[in-house]
Amino acid sequence: MEYVAAALLGFAGGTLGGLVGVGGGLLFVPALAIFLDESQVHAEATSLLAITFVALLGAWRQREYGNVRLTEGLLVGALSPAGVAAGVVVSNAVSQRALEIAFAGLALVIAAQLIRRVVKPGPPSTEATPGA
Amino acid sequence: MSRDRALKLFAIATAAGTFSGLLGVGGGTVIVPLLIFWLGYGEREATGTSLAAIVVIAGFATGAQALYGNVDVPNGVLVGAPALAGVVIGTAAQQRISERAVALLFAAFLIATAAELIL
Repeated sequence: MEYVAAALLGFAGGTLGGLVGVGGGLLFVPALAIFLDESQVHAEATSLLAITFVALLGAWRQREYGNVRLTEGLLVGALSPAGVAAGVVVSNAVSQRALEIAFAGLALVIAAQLIRRVVKPGPPSTEATPGA
Repeated sequence: MSRDRALKLFAIATAAGTFSGLLGVGGGTVIVPLLIFWLGYGEREATGTSLAAIVVIAGFATGAQALYGNVDVPNGVLVGAPALAGVVIGTAAQQRISERAVALLFAAFLIATAAELIL
């Protein structure tokens, strides 16, 4: 039963990953930790393995659809170890909880910006200024 | 490539690497919106390019974690194999919806991420 639940969460994570361009770790980590009894560290490590292959297949599909700027994407990937190193330094200096809350706040701000961009009707320059 | 663009790509890589290292995820959560807001990517293009970046980021991270013996391959396959089917379906479905819908889906994903971080 746990295996089925983990596999279903894996499927959901992959589908989500394809839809929004992430690896699916948000669902893989709990699947591994809750249903397959992995510790948080092992769940994150195992999740990264799944993410690598999911992203590889997803990137290949998106390239076929014409949605990948390969040079810039690979550049972001290749430059990321600097960020990983920075992340290690930062996470040693600041509490994990503070970082989680900071990232949560950031995620909400970005979500609000994305929504505002989408609901903003048409180019503003074409609107008549009231009372002008 | 202009110096400005290269610096922005480096900043995105740094943010993604930090996020990835902190939470054990791929970093797409920060890559997608930054490509849209800083580099003028379309929503679909941002998600596709993000996946290419994640391959490299998660690949590095998996290698490092494997050295510590933290990777459980059978469990990775159990979760990852159905996820491979999912990503093919997800990317195909994404081609049939508007870029606005992609942006809204991503916003919903961010809100869920924030909830998971706080809880």
